[in-house]
Amino acid sequence: MLAYLIRRLLYAVPILIGVNVLTFALFFVVNTPDDMARMQLGVKRVTPEAIEKWKAERGYDQPLFWNAAASGAGKVAETIFFAKSVKMFALDFGRADDGRDIAREIRLRMAPSLAVAVPVFVLGLWAAISLALLLVTFRATYLDFAGVALCVALMSVSGLFYIIGGQWLVAKLWRLVPISGYAPGLSAAQFVILPVLVSLVAGLGSAARWYRTLFLEEFSRDYVRTARAKGLPERLVLFRHVLRNALIPILTGAVVLIPSLFMGSLLIEAFFGIPGLGSYTIDAINAQDFAVVRAMVFIGSALYILGLLLTDMSYTLADPRIRLQ
Amino acid sequence: MKFVLLWTDALFFLLLVAAVAGAVWASRVEHLRQSWRHVGQSRVGMATAMLLLAFVVVGLLDSLHYRERLPGDGENYAVEVRSALDALLAGLRTRTEKTYSAPLATHSFAKESLDGDHGRDFPRLNHGGAHLGEDLAGYTTDIAGRTVQGAGLGLVAWLALWLASAPLRRVAPHLAWPAAFGLLLALCLAAGPAATLSTGYHVLGTDKVGQDVLYLTLKSIRTGLLIGTLTTLIMLPAAIVLGLLAGYAGGWIDDAIQYLYTTLNSIPGVLLIAAAVLMMQGVIDTHPEWFATSAARADARLLALCAILGITSWTGLCRLLRGETLKLRELEFVQAARALGVSHARILTRHILPNVMHIVLIALVMDFSGLVLAEAVLSYVGIGVDPNTISFGTMINAARLELAREPMVWWSLAAAFVFMFALVLAANLFADVVRDAFDPRAAR
Repeated sequence: MLAYLIRRLLYAVPILIGVNVLTFALFFVVNTPDDMARMQLGVKRVTPEAIEKWKAERGYDQPLFWNAAASGAGKVAETIFFAKSVKMFALDFGRADDGRDIAREIRLRMAPSLAVAVPVFVLGLWAAISLALLLVTFRATYLDFAGVALCVALMSVSGLFYIIGGQWLVAKLWRLVPISGYAPGLSAAQFVILPVLVSLVAGLGSAARWYRTLFLEEFSRDYVRTARAKGLPERLVLFRHVLRNALIPILTGAVVLIPSLFMGSLLIEAFFGIPGLGSYTIDAINAQDFAVVRAMVFIGSALYILGLLLTDMSYTLADPRIRLQ
Repeated sequence: MKFVLLWTDALFFLLLVAAVAGAVWASRVEHLRQSWRHVGQSRVGMATAMLLLAFVVVGLLDSLHYRERLPGDGENYAVEVRSALDALLAGLRTRTEKTYSAPLATHSFAKESLDGDHGRDFPRLNHGGAHLGEDLAGYTTDIAGRTVQGAGLGLVAWLALWLASAPLRRVAPHLAWPAAFGLLLALCLAAGPAATLSTGYHVLGTDKVGQDVLYLTLKSIRTGLLIGTLTTLIMLPAAIVLGLLAGYAGGWIDDAIQYLYTTLNSIPGVLLIAAAVLMMQGVIDTHPEWFATSAARADARLLALCAILGITSWTGLCRLLRGETLKLRELEFVQAARALGVSHARILTRHILPNVMHIVLIALVMDFSGLVLAEAVLSYVGIGVDPNTISFGTMINAARLELAREPMVWWSLAAAFVFMFALVLAANLFADVVRDAFDPRAAR
């Protein structure tokens, strides 16, 4: 197990390097720092001096990969690639365009993101599995049909509609919770309820339908027939056998998401004014703050790779037959 | 008049030609014909196919672009690029108001100080109900009359289509035609009144700058369709080639391709799209000389968005194809072909590719609805289509701030959501039917 984990962690290194090189290419090679400066300062009527000043302030005035002017290790170290990309491996993300320290912002904004993302993840999983179990209990009846129709309808509605509709109905018409905003501590609850609810409804349709097909597939297996033949009540067949066996594909989909919960949801946070990492990213995208977007890409990929690792480990818990080596 | 072939138009036509060619080919191959018959016999399949066809027709009309010739002699053409749909809906396009007006309204939504009057009041619209005169005599009877007239027209159109399709129905009598024509009847009964009413009113109201919302929603359809189809089309060659190669060749080629798609996959989708779109925007902004018209620029951006979405989404299909090829490689017919000395290229194209095409088809239809929804979200975030391109996302983006108004401006949001819901629901249901028909593992 330990050897397997170490090997998997080593596999992650080339992938992270790949991500890093890719984002670097996207941000610096195709779009030169000059272009960036021109975009930030306005495309027209910008003096070369202003561009140079903008670049120097943000450390973009160095060569991309190879600094021939520097000496020794500085030839590699005093370049944009080293300063902006390689340092990310040491979790040094540098400063945003407005001069704030990105790492500090991330630390501050993690809690609000988690306050929304964790309830959404747990409740969403619970709601989707419960609905799917309900539907398979009444499989091949009108209830099942209506449930699947509901799921498809839920899937077909734009996520924006749930957000706008939820804000309008719950916050504006019924005035149950504030429309948007956030407060630290326990008072966060009133701000968090609506985004959690909206995300739950938005994600329920596709998840429940997917879990339902998984459960149905398990129902056609031999062990279900054996369980019924030996006289187990349907309830036990469902909970003890089918649910347990369908857990592996469900885990594959769910566990991989756990680390990404830190990132929060871009849309939900932007709409509900939650000062998490999602809205931070959106703001950075709108302000074309590449330093922040680059940092978020790096963190996001690292968390995703961590998620894949967690998924593999969770298999051993869900299914004792699986051994990692 | 000068025809303009935008890049997306060309690809859209190419896609349609490919679809027709594929249909002809499928009708000659027995097992494919059987699968499609399965789709045709499903009532849901036929009804949703009809709805999707209606959307495609609108999108197709909107893809025939041209530039009008300016009056006077010489070869001068208007800067604006219009489409056949614009020409058909010229009335809707040109009858603009000053600002918001509710559906079927005769007065503007916003108060204004009127000439010769000291107070502020709701001014009459320039076009909505203008034919009724100053005192609005017979507003309700006019609406009712137009609705009935339109429904009648719709019914006639439907009958005409029903009669015209008689030979088709005779060729394939066992397909679920009643479902298809039932849906078409509903469409005609909705479109007829909308057409007759829109000559005198704004059926779905107007937006902030007074454009007719019905016109905007119809224009949005093309963008949605393009994003949904071109994205998959653009990524298809890469996904097929790399997927087959990884599965068939194995070894370091497999490792390299797996590394490539794991790396791309590990970047959070939205962020990769955001990064690529920001970059692309920068490139387009710094090279204005590449594009003759603003339509060409918006089109390039749409195409680039499709490509970017494709790059982030081809990995799933590639992985599926790799897995399937791994399985097929060991089967007897491939082994036999290899023993007989058939070249690798020929084995891949003749023996393996046809046997994974159902996966490609299923991926194509399954991805469609998600991409249409994604476009709205991306455009909302500001990393979607060009702000000048009419799309569901830009419509929602423009309308959302007005929800806070009292009374509320709900119509453009509602129109965008309803049309998008119809398109996505039809696509989802159709995709399910196609998957059931083509997936060998699905129970028949």
